[in-house]
Amino acid sequence: MDRHLKVPMEEQELLSLRAGDYVYLTGTLYTARDAAHKRMYEALRAGEKLPMPLEGNFIYYMGPSPAREGRPIGSAGPTTASRMDKYAPELLDLGLKGMVGKGRRSEEVRQAIIRNGCVYFAAVGGAGALLSKSITSSRVIAYEDLGTEAIRELTVEEFPVIVVIDSKGNNLYDIALEQYSKEE
Amino acid sequence: MPEMKTIQTSAVAEAVAAMCIEANHFLTDDMKAALSRAGESEIAPLGKQVLGQLQQNLEIAGEDHIPICQDTGMAVIFVEIGQEVHIEGGFLEDAIQEGVRRGYTEGYLRKSVVRDPLDRVNTGDNTPAVIHYQIVPGDEMKITIAPKGFGSENMSRIFMLKPADGAEGVKNAILTAVRDAGPNACPPMVVGVGIGGTFEKAALLAKKALTRPVDRRSADPYYSAMEQELLERINRSGIGPGGLGGSTTALAVNIETYPTHIAGLPVAVNICCHVNRHAVRVL
Ligand code: SF4
Repeated sequence: MDRHLKVPMEEQELLSLRAGDYVYLTGTLYTARDAAHKRMYEALRAGEKLPMPLEGNFIYYMGPSPAREGRPIGSAGPTTASRMDKYAPELLDLGLKGMVGKGRRSEEVRQAIIRNGCVYFAAVGGAGALLSKSITSSRVIAYEDLGTEAIRELTVEEFPVIVVIDSKGNNLYDIALEQYSKEE
Repeated sequence: MPEMKTIQTSAVAEAVAAMCIEANHFLTDDMKAALSRAGESEIAPLGKQVLGQLQQNLEIAGEDHIPICQDTGMAVIFVEIGQEVHIEGGFLEDAIQEGVRRGYTEGYLRKSVVRDPLDRVNTGDNTPAVIHYQIVPGDEMKITIAPKGFGSENMSRIFMLKPADGAEGVKNAILTAVRDAGPNACPPMVVGVGIGGTFEKAALLAKKALTRPVDRRSADPYYSAMEQELLERINRSGIGPGGLGGSTTALAVNIETYPTHIAGLPVAVNICCHVNRHAVRVL
């Protein structure tokens, strides 16, 4: 089913999403990938505040290529989410509502998604030029020294994603294999 | 005695810079054709939609000059140097690294290289590249640049099989690597395989196999048949475009082989995503 939703998202709408739904997101996403997650993890250990508001928000696992003059961002597709599996359950427990990435998640992450009523979306990997067209602004808000790995606040408009793990824990990657595998 | 040909390092740097930019914005014709064929044959509606987006993505990348993928890779460079070539103007490797530096900086490409695998400080210009030199007959220098993304690189594997494992063992190893890669490697993938040689030779063959056009099968009929069989089996796995299910999981399996030791059967599987990029130039 095709849905057009705002991010941050109404609780009811988030809970109604099902694995396989095609969703166009409009609103705010925060980018963070490996190095930013490591720093946030260390900040939490040191009892410091995180540089971005987690409560109700969505993280996009992405490190863009540099923007050309007059453009908000360069190529901007998802990176492999499993590298953030170590950090994701804690962030979900602290109020993060969803993640956009690509690829499988660990069982710990799936459990944290169910426990907190969250969602994991995939954007199409390797479609960074196309996806950049749905990003209307980008601003570095923390860890600027990390370059492409800095935390950015993005404004997105009709940004296309697919629900991979819904709040009930259904996983589209598993469902797809069941449906399409023709292995003997 | 054959004549020497002189190649200036400045020409090398210039070619390398241009190729880094070209490879990150335009796929080769064989890759484009394979993706568009897949769009027609894909059976899953969502899979078809993903392949359509990849087509659109290529058009936008070319027209608006935005890299096809934000992971513009670590630059892997194969340099075949004719033994009649004389290099002038400085150290060849410096010129190649300079070309990479310029290409990634001037071309708005992402800087994805860290100076040390553990301290992980970004070098800021995507150098150093990984360079493989080969001395060949003739008076030309052939440079191939293949920027490699790590979503798929991370899913690559090496298997040191036993001779008794035979062809079945080899096929199982390849299928295992592809299944484990699944949605993480941005399918549809291109699967580069190196069989034989030593530990490092197999890996190098697998990497080189990715630069062979996807529509060109192995010259050896035995391995050509194996490539075909594996491609069909991979596409029955159900992984599909983006891992969201379907009949297009790989576009090609390219196998390269080399003689090996009586005690061994190394198999390297270098997984590449649909952004299987390369640019080639002969100086
Ligand atoms: S695996 Fe390939 S397509 Fe996917 S993000 Fe990396 S470079 Fe891009």
